[in-house]
Amino acid sequence: MSAKEMVKKERQSPERAEFQDSAPVYVPEVDIVESDQEFRLVADLPGVDENSVEIDLDKNVLSVSGRFVPQPPEGYSLTYQEYASGNYEREFTLGNTIDRDRIQATVRDGVLRLTLPKAKEAQPKRIAVKAG
Amino acid sequence: MLTNRREAWNPWAELAQMQREVENLFGRGRSGGLTGGDFPAVNIWVNEDRGLLTAELPGIDPDKLEITVKNNTLTLRGKREAEALREGESWLRRERGEGSFVRSFSLPFQVEADQVEAQFQKGILQLVLPRAEADKPRKIAVRGE
Repeated sequence: MSAKEMVKKERQSPERAEFQDSAPVYVPEVDIVESDQEFRLVADLPGVDENSVEIDLDKNVLSVSGRFVPQPPEGYSLTYQEYASGNYEREFTLGNTIDRDRIQATVRDGVLRLTLPKAKEAQPKRIAVKAG
Repeated sequence: MLTNRREAWNPWAELAQMQREVENLFGRGRSGGLTGGDFPAVNIWVNEDRGLLTAELPGIDPDKLEITVKNNTLTLRGKREAEALREGESWLRRERGEGSFVRSFSLPFQVEADQVEAQFQKGILQLVLPRAEADKPRKIAVRGE
């Protein structure tokens, strides 16, 4: 794995100001795949579980956020640090073709999996060609 | 690996130096600067009795994670599987890392290998590394005549 890819990205400029704490906000890395029927989104959110993740779909903007308040272990001192922890946030713009009622989300081992089915009318249809 | 024990013990400096040495050994030395970049990223905490290592390993199957401890060296070995494409699917975005990894860390003390505890929760690995009894500093009582 190349070093460049694996460095956790910190969000540079907060777009909103409601995070009053000073915890940094990270941009989770994602995989997105598409088929005729659906999109699948997989995001790495270490430290986040089903209670601390939030998914919103506003018009065609999907936002994924995870709350993670790092708790330093008591009675220890940090001697070597390669990563810091904090909240996660990322937004995606979707085509206007998602069937909102059938969106599914699961979180396991710090990985969020979202299934975004395409609306029926957005799925490709095969047009039968009749001989004239 | 020689360390001058007479100087005030600075575990941070010692760790960083050992880290560099171990990494150079594997040909992955970095040219100074900030730590970070290798997978998985780790943090190491210590107190008098034990060390604590945390690593972010989202999506790793903990059963396939190999953790070995010898003396003061801890090795993490594992593999992160790529997301499998199902039939009819194609990639739109592919950012998550994949592949095998090996990382070794030198701790500032010998570890009691039998008593290492590993926990994996929410994609974060936490290892408790007790300091070997024989390696703990002892107070010597001085008796008067």
